[in-house]
Amino acid sequence: MTNDQLKQFIKNYTTEVEFVDNPYSLECIVNTVHFYNLARVLKESDSTAFDFLYCVTGIDLQDSLGVIYHLESTKLQHKLILKVFASDIDNPEIPSVFDLWDCAELQEREVFDFFGIRFLKHPDLRRIFMEEDWEGYPLRKNYVDTVNIIDLIK
Amino acid sequence: MFLYDFSELTSSIHNSISSVMSPLATTVVEMVIAGIVFLLFYALVGLILVYAERKICAFFQCRLGPMRVGKWGLMQTIADFIKLLMKELIMIKNADKLLFNLAPFIVIIASFLAIGAIPFAKGLHALDFDIGVLYVMAVSSIGVLGILLAGWSSNNKYSLIGAMRSGAQVVSYELSVGLSLMTIVVLAGTMQFSEIVEAQNTGWFIFKGHIPALIAFVIFIISSTAETNRGPFDLAEAESELTAGFHTEYSGIKFALFFLGEYMNMFIVASIAATVFLGGWMPLHIVGLDSFNMIMDYIPPFIWFISKTAIIIFIMMWIKWTFPRLRIDQLLTLEWKYLLPINLVNITLMALCVLNQWHF
Amino acid sequence: MEDILLKNKLDKEQEYFINMGPQHPSTHGVLRLLVNLQGETVKDLKPYCGYIHRGIEKMCERYTYSQIIHLTDRLDYMSAHINNEAVCLLVENALQIEVSDRVKYIRTIIDELTRIASHQLWWAAAGMDLGALTTFFYGLRDREKILDIFEETCGGRLLVSYNCPGGLMYDIHPNFQKKVKEFLIYFKKKLPEYDQLLSGNVIFVQRMKNVGLLTKEKAISFGVTGPSGRASGFSSDIRKKEPYSAYGNVKFKEILREEGDSLARYKCRIDEMWESMNIIEQLIDNIPDGSYFTKMKPIIKLPEGEYYQRVEACRGEFGVYISSKGEKNPYRVKFRSPNFFNLSALDHMSRNQKIADLVAIMSSLDLVIPDIDR
Repeated sequence: MTNDQLKQFIKNYTTEVEFVDNPYSLECIVNTVHFYNLARVLKESDSTAFDFLYCVTGIDLQDSLGVIYHLESTKLQHKLILKVFASDIDNPEIPSVFDLWDCAELQEREVFDFFGIRFLKHPDLRRIFMEEDWEGYPLRKNYVDTVNIIDLIK
Repeated sequence: MFLYDFSELTSSIHNSISSVMSPLATTVVEMVIAGIVFLLFYALVGLILVYAERKICAFFQCRLGPMRVGKWGLMQTIADFIKLLMKELIMIKNADKLLFNLAPFIVIIASFLAIGAIPFAKGLHALDFDIGVLYVMAVSSIGVLGILLAGWSSNNKYSLIGAMRSGAQVVSYELSVGLSLMTIVVLAGTMQFSEIVEAQNTGWFIFKGHIPALIAFVIFIISSTAETNRGPFDLAEAESELTAGFHTEYSGIKFALFFLGEYMNMFIVASIAATVFLGGWMPLHIVGLDSFNMIMDYIPPFIWFISKTAIIIFIMMWIKWTFPRLRIDQLLTLEWKYLLPINLVNITLMALCVLNQWHF
Repeated sequence: MEDILLKNKLDKEQEYFINMGPQHPSTHGVLRLLVNLQGETVKDLKPYCGYIHRGIEKMCERYTYSQIIHLTDRLDYMSAHINNEAVCLLVENALQIEVSDRVKYIRTIIDELTRIASHQLWWAAAGMDLGALTTFFYGLRDREKILDIFEETCGGRLLVSYNCPGGLMYDIHPNFQKKVKEFLIYFKKKLPEYDQLLSGNVIFVQRMKNVGLLTKEKAISFGVTGPSGRASGFSSDIRKKEPYSAYGNVKFKEILREEGDSLARYKCRIDEMWESMNIIEQLIDNIPDGSYFTKMKPIIKLPEGEYYQRVEACRGEFGVYISSKGEKNPYRVKFRSPNFFNLSALDHMSRNQKIADLVAIMSSLDLVIPDIDR
């Protein structure tokens, strides 16, 4: 599918989406309410068939926390960037897509570990890289590292 | 007939001791002497085998091996031994202390018992039972008890898995070892090692026994490698899976005892293979070529025995440094589905050969 | 019904856990696996990562783009040059800088040499994991030749740091072409020897065959890329899909297999070494003249926006995501590391296999732990 067809496909499903032009591939921002169902449709529909989730990125935009899903269809060779933002910074919650793409389970644990985004219905949402009792979420912009070696030298 | 007969030497020692002592004291003194001789021999063989393994494996792997301690690293094993002696003996908190300390000694004792029955040369033979083959098989399988205890008492799951693997493995492969030796016992008609060697005066059993003896020899090499936990069958210690298997928790001299036990077991199975299949200390005799046989007789029997053993040890090392390790189910499949049936057919074949006088 | 419940209960009672790692000979680093065993059969396993987590993504947010390149070395240290290239390509694409053909050719040659070196080490370690220690020395012996070529041209042996935005650090060494050709002649003789030692060995084939099956659907779903994914039939070669550098100019096959077991993953890598040599042969005599470096501003500032660049690293697809606010530091950097995705399939693949198979599966996946932890 071309980018325009993809846009039309997503718009048919839900109108509460925002498209951004990105030279790399189509970018689609969706809210947390429609996110899971849109993802399911994108994966399961034969005309889109996004079966390959190749990157899951957490991002802190200071006013909201978001997750970026890079999707690709191995059959139809088209790509899509799916973005979902949780505006509630104190208690960010995004539905988990672990049942759509198997790799999402560990990737979402990583995002939870670094950004504190809670993935709803995730089967095993624990920290993966940091220690279990680590305080704070290190990749957030407001995270203060008290023993940062670069700051200590300055 | 034989130029080098040690029975005169041993009997003269016996006579001189018994002329000054009572029969009981004679026995005790002779046992002590034999014990000391074996202990020294044991240490010497251990040192040589460890060095040989390191050098041989190094040459297979395109490197030099130990080169720094002494000329060509000859003193390396001694240096390692001193290091192991000085190391701390780490005691695991929740280990079963008695069994944990006992286990390495059981392994060592088993190999020590077996070595007494091996004929090194004519007359150079500590125990010449009439059931020598059976005795060696019996005592050599005590060793697995030590491995099982070591794994069990270490209170470590890796050790336990290793020990259980070893148990299953040794119990299975004991059958093949026994049956392949029995094939030769059928041919020789005796279980006494000295008589087995004497019977090979006219030709080694591997040549005399046609194909059945050859099959038995191959099976013996495979299954004895398995029984000593070596080569592709080192599942009990399986370094990449179980870190070090049953001796994970051992350190210092207790680890060294396991290590030594492994090499001694290798020496024992190799020497049994040499004795039973390759004529032991008996020189290579070909019927009809008398002058050739005379020349062969000039080489001392001890040299014959050691060189035959060395060749088999070299083959075992070659196997070890070439093949990847088997999995436990493949290991048991190999024994129960292939080696054991082949062995049973083979022993029947050998019986037929003997009955019909097909052998030489 | 009760019988089944009782059996399940008994099964549960016989299960026990062992910790594989963080210090274990076959995890090749500080990966920890909590393995649930029943006898010797793996029931399930959970990976525990983070023992070598260095927060590289956070560090990148404080560094300039030129500095970031030298952090990517430390992810998958076996494909250091390819990781560097991903960042360089991203910066070049974002700034719309066209590098000369000479740069592209040299980058591609060194990429493929890196791939061969990485697969050699993998082959060496694969044999070692299965108990054939000799292979380790053979693999390292041959890898040394490539490292010598790197040392001469790049200065570094393992972490070469040869790339920079706009080109290369220095021009190639005068001996480069001669040495690479010598290596190709040498290694073409040695690769069949590899086959003799492992792939032709009955025990090895039995250990690898039908172990750790991964279907194509599962491989895609788990995002298992690289030789591991291609062994399941997942056509995931970025060199073919989105050619970068000089990959558009060369003819090569994408190695695909259908079986999806450990043996297929093994054979995929062996065939990839042949294919890499094929690529180098096409390029080595045709390196065009030109500048090895495009002049750039001393301080690189990417225009505001989001960028993504994928390259084919030795173990699969390596991706860099950079979100820029137009400053000299990136706003957010994310590395899509192939090993982290490959690790997620380990639990699925090793269920109901023996513990010895787990080692075989791990060696066939060829995990590099610093790439998982980042």
